[in-house]
Amino acid sequence: MPVTDRSRLTFYLLLAPLLLWLVTLIILPHVGMFLVSLREKVGVREYETGFANYAVFFNEPLYWNTFARTAYMSIAATVLTLLIGFPIAYYIAKLTRGRTKTTLFLMCLIPFWVSELVRTFGWMILLRETGVFSNVLQWAGLADAPVEMLYNDAAIMVGLVYTSMLFMVVPLVTTLDSLDDSLIEAGYDLGASGFAILREIVIPHAMPGIVSGCIVVFMLSLGNYLTPILLGGKDSLWFTGLIYSQFITRFNWELGSAFGFLLLGLSSTIVFIGLKLSRQSLGRTMAQ
Amino acid sequence: MITGIPQSGGFRWTYRAYVTLFFIYLALPLVTVCVFAFNDSVFPSLPWEGFTWAWFFGTDAPYIGVFHERGILRSVVTSGIVAFWVALLSVFVGTCNAFLFVRHDFRGKGFLYILMLLPLIIPGIILGISILVFSSSVANYLEDATGLWFDGLRPGLILVVLGQFSFITTFATLVISARLQKIDPSLEEAALNLGATRWGAVRAVTLPFLYPAMAAAGVVAVLMSFENFNTTLMLVGSDAPLTITMFDRLKLGSTPVLNAVSLLLIVASAILGLASLLLQKRTE
Amino acid sequence: MFETPDLECRDISKSFDDFKAVKDVSFAVPPGTFFSILGPSGCGKTTLLRMIAGFQKPSSGDLLIKGRSVLDVPPNKRQVSMVFQHLALFPMMNIGANVGFGLRQRGVNRADIKRQVERVLDRVGLTGVADRPVDSLSGGQKQRVAIARCMVLEPDVLLLDEPLGALDLKLREHMKIELKQLQAEFNTTFVYITHDQSEALVMSDQIAVMNRGVFEQVGTAKELYYEPSTAFVAGFVGEANKFRARVQSLDAGVQMVTDQGQVLHGTAAGKALAKGDAVDVFVRPEAVRLSRDTALNGNAGQGRVENILFNGANSQLILRDQTTGAQMNVALPQTGEFRDLSVGDTVHFGWEPAQTRVYAGD
Repeated sequence: MPVTDRSRLTFYLLLAPLLLWLVTLIILPHVGMFLVSLREKVGVREYETGFANYAVFFNEPLYWNTFARTAYMSIAATVLTLLIGFPIAYYIAKLTRGRTKTTLFLMCLIPFWVSELVRTFGWMILLRETGVFSNVLQWAGLADAPVEMLYNDAAIMVGLVYTSMLFMVVPLVTTLDSLDDSLIEAGYDLGASGFAILREIVIPHAMPGIVSGCIVVFMLSLGNYLTPILLGGKDSLWFTGLIYSQFITRFNWELGSAFGFLLLGLSSTIVFIGLKLSRQSLGRTMAQ
Repeated sequence: MITGIPQSGGFRWTYRAYVTLFFIYLALPLVTVCVFAFNDSVFPSLPWEGFTWAWFFGTDAPYIGVFHERGILRSVVTSGIVAFWVALLSVFVGTCNAFLFVRHDFRGKGFLYILMLLPLIIPGIILGISILVFSSSVANYLEDATGLWFDGLRPGLILVVLGQFSFITTFATLVISARLQKIDPSLEEAALNLGATRWGAVRAVTLPFLYPAMAAAGVVAVLMSFENFNTTLMLVGSDAPLTITMFDRLKLGSTPVLNAVSLLLIVASAILGLASLLLQKRTE
Repeated sequence: MFETPDLECRDISKSFDDFKAVKDVSFAVPPGTFFSILGPSGCGKTTLLRMIAGFQKPSSGDLLIKGRSVLDVPPNKRQVSMVFQHLALFPMMNIGANVGFGLRQRGVNRADIKRQVERVLDRVGLTGVADRPVDSLSGGQKQRVAIARCMVLEPDVLLLDEPLGALDLKLREHMKIELKQLQAEFNTTFVYITHDQSEALVMSDQIAVMNRGVFEQVGTAKELYYEPSTAFVAGFVGEANKFRARVQSLDAGVQMVTDQGQVLHGTAAGKALAKGDAVDVFVRPEAVRLSRDTALNGNAGQGRVENILFNGANSQLILRDQTTGAQMNVALPQTGEFRDLSVGDTVHFGWEPAQTRVYAGD
């Protein structure tokens, strides 16, 4: 294409909104947040630059315990989501076709168009002391008194897995769909058992989908606020909860910003490691 | 679909049972929420006290239905306004981005593309606080410098719109780019060949081709805006959108009016979601 | 001496809902045979092959390998290997791992696998490629890897599902010869399905022509070509001029008159005929003789050259019979005699009644 003045103009006109968006809403805010996190309050409206906020984090066991707990609970949620979602994705991709396939796929999608708040609310009604499960257990004679199933780690896990399921199932269905059936048949023909086929053919093929699903689910779990707060109760100890309380209730933005940066660092590191391990690019993974 | 692999009856039966259980797990919370919207009780829990429409249409306390609940109605309107602006802005910027990334080659394109994808991997709550911190510093600075008030930069609807826009634009860009990539460039060339101006060719050929994708992106934007919580939570001021209002009510203890709102939300999002799928399907 | 066939099908049938894809097919393949099943797409050959491999269960009938019924043996336990249409080489493994896959499943120890893989790759002429990725090979080499992957397991029968279909023409010609050589080298029974008659004719010891779920004829390439026993085989294998006619008398051979009014003499093939029957008449283009100026014996006529389809050794003339208006394809002899023939010329043509095969019509 010849570089005319007009096409240059078009180019800059198209570039302007992109830059405006990225610079003012993504880059500058994060730089600003980082600078705030380096600010130490020494008096009223008096600040010094340093890593004191980060030091607070490492010196206070509650903070880094919560941080670690958030990380490993998120990892657990990711693994669980993968284990539960994989057979479903395989079923949809390989064992159904035509209308059944579309229907099942839609049935997976619909719950996730609904607000996370509504989904979590549903689990609260099911799990709480006066909830549906508790009543069913009593009615069935399996419990004598109301059972509180809310406000524990298992409830958080149920909610996280539920909330993340779609982001695991969709990329898995996409990659499994692209697996040529004759590869599986060839495996059987050469004498492999079902398990060997799964291990040697299906899983290696689905690896890109597994990686992108895991990355997204891990990030969503890490950054989740609603589920741990509502299903895990006040003492759920989720890192986003700490950030929220530093910002909104304690009004300590400096410490809150430091926390935010740590969370961002953790999530970026995991994404980076995941992409490196699987030799995927961010662009391709996110496009799934 | 694989037909050739023989499986034992027991295995097949177990597999089907597992899939069925999974879909029950998916449906259970939503069905529960919907069912309790009709319970004639002030708590959304068992025992079942009989069927009622009161949580939709009731006017007498404590049975005040959704359609007579001022607070909820107001927050729906707020959510609608936010969603409108977010959709408008993100589709506009998304379309510009699509043209930029699909039609132009320039130095740093790959870098800008990665940057464009970043909002997807930044947790929503961090997007929220970073914008909050930044806009407040700017507001402080400007107020110190000029002595005027800059309320638009303090938590409130403008920040909520900007916060949601900051990551929804990425989705809009991806949806619209996917469509733009599929257009046959010879169509536009044909229009130019027949005497159209460059802008005329884009308007007559390319934009109509993009409309379904833009509409789909708009619907997705509305859906995401309506249900967004994390980013909004950090940026909200006195006018709360629906999810925030519901969250506050939920913390205080819920009545079935929340179930009624949820039911309406479920129906609306299912319709919008299907609409966006149909629009995207039409673009294939 | 009667050997136990490597593969035997007895009255095998397969129905999908109310559609019968394969109807009571019976055949036996002696050891070491290159057996082809030739038929148009949709004739049921793929279904038959998948039943032999074990991916589909016959609705009725029995399937024997080395004399033993394998109906209850799942595909991963059958002594049958298959080369898939698109080869189905595992892209997630290198060539060595692909070839060694089956041995790994059998629990063979690593050193043995390595040795056997190298030996079989040697035999297919691909020494030292074990560590390379599948995609580094050309189409023909992939083909050989796919065969090596099966042969390393020493199957009783190797099934091949149109593996040459995806290759370009030149390579396909080359691979035909190579496949035949590989089969001779391994001396294993090959069952090969294809819709391409030249593949079947060139490579096979025995060919079954399949149509609408049944075997029309089983025989050697020559038998199919010179003595097709049904109208379908006559039309499907090789080229032929086809006329519709009605039988006039059956005294000396078959005497009939075509729809265009020409009287022909021919030889009855297939089912017995009766006077007045509608028949299909087949004449091969290369059975027709040409002459510039003398009228010919047998079934003969005079025609105008409508077109010359020059294709080297396979050149053809399209003639229009001057009395009946019928169209005739004639192989152009490459002796030089007719080199200056051009469109619009008139020539005499004729062919023997023995080369005129007559089949009962529908």
